[in-house]
Amino acid sequence: MQITSKQTKTNTVILYALLFFCALIMLVPFAWMLSASVKLDKDVFGFPIKWIPDDIRWENYQEIWTTIPLLQFIKNTAKLTIIVTFLQLLTSSFAAYAFAKLQFKGRNLLFLGYIATIAMPWHVYMVPQFIMMRYFHLNNTHLSIIFLQAFSAFGVFLMKQFYEGVPDELCEAARIDGMNEYRIWAQIMLPLSKPALSTLTIFTFVNTWNDFLGPLLYLTKMELKTVQIGLRMFISQYSSEYGLIMAASVVSLIPVIIVFLALQKFFVQGVATAGLKG
Amino acid sequence: MPSKKTQIQKQLVAYSFIAPNFIGFAVFTLVPIVFAVALAFLHWDGSNPITWAGLSNFTDLLDDDQFKAALKNTIVYTLGTVPLTLISSLFLAVVLNQGVKGRNFFRTVSFFPYVASLVAVAAVWNMIFNPSKGPVNLFLYKLGFENVPGWAADKHWAMITIILFSVWKYMGYYMIIYLAGLQGINPELYEAANLDGTNAWQRFIYVTVPQLRPATFFVMVMLTIQCFKVYDIVYMVTQGGPGTATLVLVYDIYNKAFVSWNLGSASAVAMVLFFLVLTVTLIQFRGEKNMR
Repeated sequence: MQITSKQTKTNTVILYALLFFCALIMLVPFAWMLSASVKLDKDVFGFPIKWIPDDIRWENYQEIWTTIPLLQFIKNTAKLTIIVTFLQLLTSSFAAYAFAKLQFKGRNLLFLGYIATIAMPWHVYMVPQFIMMRYFHLNNTHLSIIFLQAFSAFGVFLMKQFYEGVPDELCEAARIDGMNEYRIWAQIMLPLSKPALSTLTIFTFVNTWNDFLGPLLYLTKMELKTVQIGLRMFISQYSSEYGLIMAASVVSLIPVIIVFLALQKFFVQGVATAGLKG
Repeated sequence: MPSKKTQIQKQLVAYSFIAPNFIGFAVFTLVPIVFAVALAFLHWDGSNPITWAGLSNFTDLLDDDQFKAALKNTIVYTLGTVPLTLISSLFLAVVLNQGVKGRNFFRTVSFFPYVASLVAVAAVWNMIFNPSKGPVNLFLYKLGFENVPGWAADKHWAMITIILFSVWKYMGYYMIIYLAGLQGINPELYEAANLDGTNAWQRFIYVTVPQLRPATFFVMVMLTIQCFKVYDIVYMVTQGGPGTATLVLVYDIYNKAFVSWNLGSASAVAMVLFFLVLTVTLIQFRGEKNMR
């Protein structure tokens, strides 16, 4: 009996050691980023790593706002992300309601249109899409990014899956009570679908905030750029301003980390259900 | 019996629900897809008149060194990234599933690399793996290694650098899928295995792994598709170099379209990419059927 308890003890120690090691690998780059962001460029590299510099340079966090138009980049990204997420939630849940709960001609055909493209990588049609946007004079406008991101097959698919789990009787009862379809959607379906909406919010938010190739193609004017391409431009122009690069990187991470921490419960559920349903 | 008028009205209501999303989707996704297929059979530089190309865009690819390198590199990247990510995410999930304290903390932490923006984490990664002054190589020097890898700057190590970075970035995401799969395993199976006197490793091999087959299959398909589409990571770590050491398919599409404005040729490569993804998706479809 004693041997087994000893064994479990060693097992537990090994287990935690492994976990600690994994967490270290995950976190060290972030810790390094934070540490470098308050260092002088000449102190960034150096071994052994000095995690907390003797002279903490908070000035890096002041200078980034004047060295690059970081505030403008953040405003642009926030604007795009909020509009895209809002449109995505609204139009996806709207369309999904009809696909899940209403009978109409061509329902299966239209839905097939969505299904057929769900596995199609954006990169396959990004070139003709760019040509088309250019033809409409949408390149170098934020509208291009909004149109690019706001109407995804994924959103409709996710919401439809969820709505199908809501009993039809609920809608029937509401219809008998004299509610029209729009009110059923707004007052019954939307409040019920909080978990699905949260999942979609996080996916859309993270995707839009972190999108790189879309803005790289469409936004070449400085005043339109997003954080990602703005930051990337800064990195290639001032490649040796290590402290500033890291400070700007830290700033660019904050919004996503906040949204993620606030909604992570739903995110984990969302990934898990999307995963298991395949 | 509802009148014809209310029937039509009902249909219109339904269409009004679909329209906002579908119109946007049709204009900005469906139309470009059709356009993309057509472009693969045309010659066009984006401004001059379009001419018919037949299959020449595809046959030209056979002699195109850039494309051949890109196709090879994409496959190498996929073959390296998929198994490594799969094993590390499975390992993480199994460890986290042992009822450890602070489980939520560890789960959140391993998700950070996934949600963090690529530009920022790639910047750190490039500094940490800087060949001459990054802490990784300085550490290796300290350990006594003399020939430290050149990482992103060395054509033999560049792809490995990108693969390691991808594994680090994406393992947290797939871990979540595995965690959900692990929770679906009937605990009685483990109890029965315990009674048979098996050790932890045997239980992992004979209970956990077979029970996780659907999750593993899903992770494999998702990962493979994701690897075929890789672009951002390559752009930020190696810019496709050195030489063509890390040039991948999407990079080739980008170069052909927006650097040399050879839109037909770019679309032909895009069709190859689509064909690869479609094949994997069809395999998933069949596999899922077999598993049920």
